[in-house]
Amino acid sequence: MKVKDIVEKLQLTVCSGAAGLEREVKGGYVSDLLSDVMGNANEGNVWLTLQTHKNIMAIASLKELAAVILVKGYQPEEDTRNESETEGIPVLSTSLPTFEIAGALFEILKNG
Amino acid sequence: MEFNYEIEGGNFSHAGTASSEVKKLLKQLNVNPALIKRIVVALYEAEVNVVAHAYEGVMNVVFDNNAIVVKIADKGPGIPDINLAMQEGFSTASPAVREMGFGAGMGLPNIKKNCDELKIESEVNKGTTVTMITHLN
Ligand SMILES: Nc1ncnc2c1ncn2[C@@H]1O[C@H](COP(=O)(O)OP(=O)(O)OP(=O)(O)O)[C@@H](O)[C@H]1O
Ligand SMILES: [Mg+2]
Repeated sequence: MKVKDIVEKLQLTVCSGAAGLEREVKGGYVSDLLSDVMGNANEGNVWLTLQTHKNIMAIASLKELAAVILVKGYQPEEDTRNESETEGIPVLSTSLPTFEIAGALFEILKNG
Repeated sequence: MEFNYEIEGGNFSHAGTASSEVKKLLKQLNVNPALIKRIVVALYEAEVNVVAHAYEGVMNVVFDNNAIVVKIADKGPGIPDINLAMQEGFSTASPAVREMGFGAGMGLPNIKKNCDELKIESEVNKGTTVTMITHLN
């Protein structure tokens, strides 16, 4: 499953980093605590969060995450978008709350 | 081989830059990717601690055939009780820093888990030096 597939299946908006839509997705991680993500997310994960500042891209890049999904209609800040473009790691957004988008993502990843 | 990277206290817009430089360097040096994954976690947490809790610092990386030794030395308030600071959940981060999602008190425990040897030296009102060693074999 690629990032572009989850964009399509979950009807996500691509905010930035479209060059990374071909990145391979290996699971997901949900947390708004940055050290928790740093310590526990894995390479290739899609990260669901409500944090919108640039530091999420530093983490996404260092951990080689597949993409970041901002929940509940949150939008990335401008420097977050720029960093996402530079790194080629997509920032996506959904109007759904975390519980619902996590459930939907789990469902499609489970079924391959 | 030895490399130094500066870390600016209080400036979250550059947090992670030094760690990212060191990650690139380790990749160029063909360090085992599994080791890089661990080291990167420890580097980032130590870097962000300088940004969040201190005034300025330097990340010093010394690399030989046996180990990668990273020393992050800062000028700052220091840590009065290192054992307490090491406990998961302990944090003195400000409300503004917590709002950004920092301040879970997980940084130092993450560092401990992701290096082979950890030494923290600190003097109140002077600064803190975190030394982490990763063996290559
Ligand atoms: N370089 C430092 N200078 C001064 N105090 C520090 C430094 N590093 C850590 N501390 C102290 O130790 C506490 C625990 O650090 P730790 O990294 O575990 O958590 P945190 O930085 O508060 O939150 P998190 O890392 O989860 O975002 C800090 O809140 C701070 O009081
Ligand atoms: Mg910390």
